[in-house]
Amino acid sequence: MIKSELILRLAEANPHLFQRDVERIVTTVFEEISAALARGDRVELRGFGAFSVKQRPARTGRNPRTGATVQVTEKRVPFFKTGKELRERLNDGTDHGEDDEEV
Amino acid sequence: MSEKTITRAHLSEAVYQEVGLSRNESAELVEAVLDQIAGSLVRGDTVKISSFGSFSVRQKGGRIGRNPKTGEEVPIEPRRVLVFRPSHVLKERINTSPADAGT
Repeated sequence: MIKSELILRLAEANPHLFQRDVERIVTTVFEEISAALARGDRVELRGFGAFSVKQRPARTGRNPRTGATVQVTEKRVPFFKTGKELRERLNDGTDHGEDDEEV
Repeated sequence: MSEKTITRAHLSEAVYQEVGLSRNESAELVEAVLDQIAGSLVRGDTVKISSFGSFSVRQKGGRIGRNPKTGEEVPIEPRRVLVFRPSHVLKERINTSPADAGT
């Protein structure tokens, strides 16, 4: 499902709303989450999951092709941790515990 | 970093300000957005939100784990995990925001 399909489905479920309002709702939700992360804030949506920003320290990396060392500056990366309820729903009601991957 | 936590209430408030629906309906629509996303994921569908990121479900095989405290072997069942990959736009935005500005 892509953003436009999400908007379409929400519009179908809410026929009393203008599609452009549904669009603004979806855009606002993701804009708020992005803005919060850009400020370094956490976004906690119980049952769904939590977005946070992790700080990666500066390190000396290597260009895998040439072997040359490169300085990688400190950076911040967004991270999502799946909420308990959604984790259970993905596994037919069984909670296998936290097992989040970092990308 | 300030480390404030944003919740559903903040998202609803932003939708209320931005779209002009009632507070109640704004809250319901924020929930509907999350429900649609969760429902898609539970069905095994990938959800892609442009300039934000994509959520996908990955099947993980079972393996023998170990309780790090007791050394005891514990079976880890096959399970489905949710993976969030932030878009480049989001990653850049998080890194170009005034870092450590305390805002």
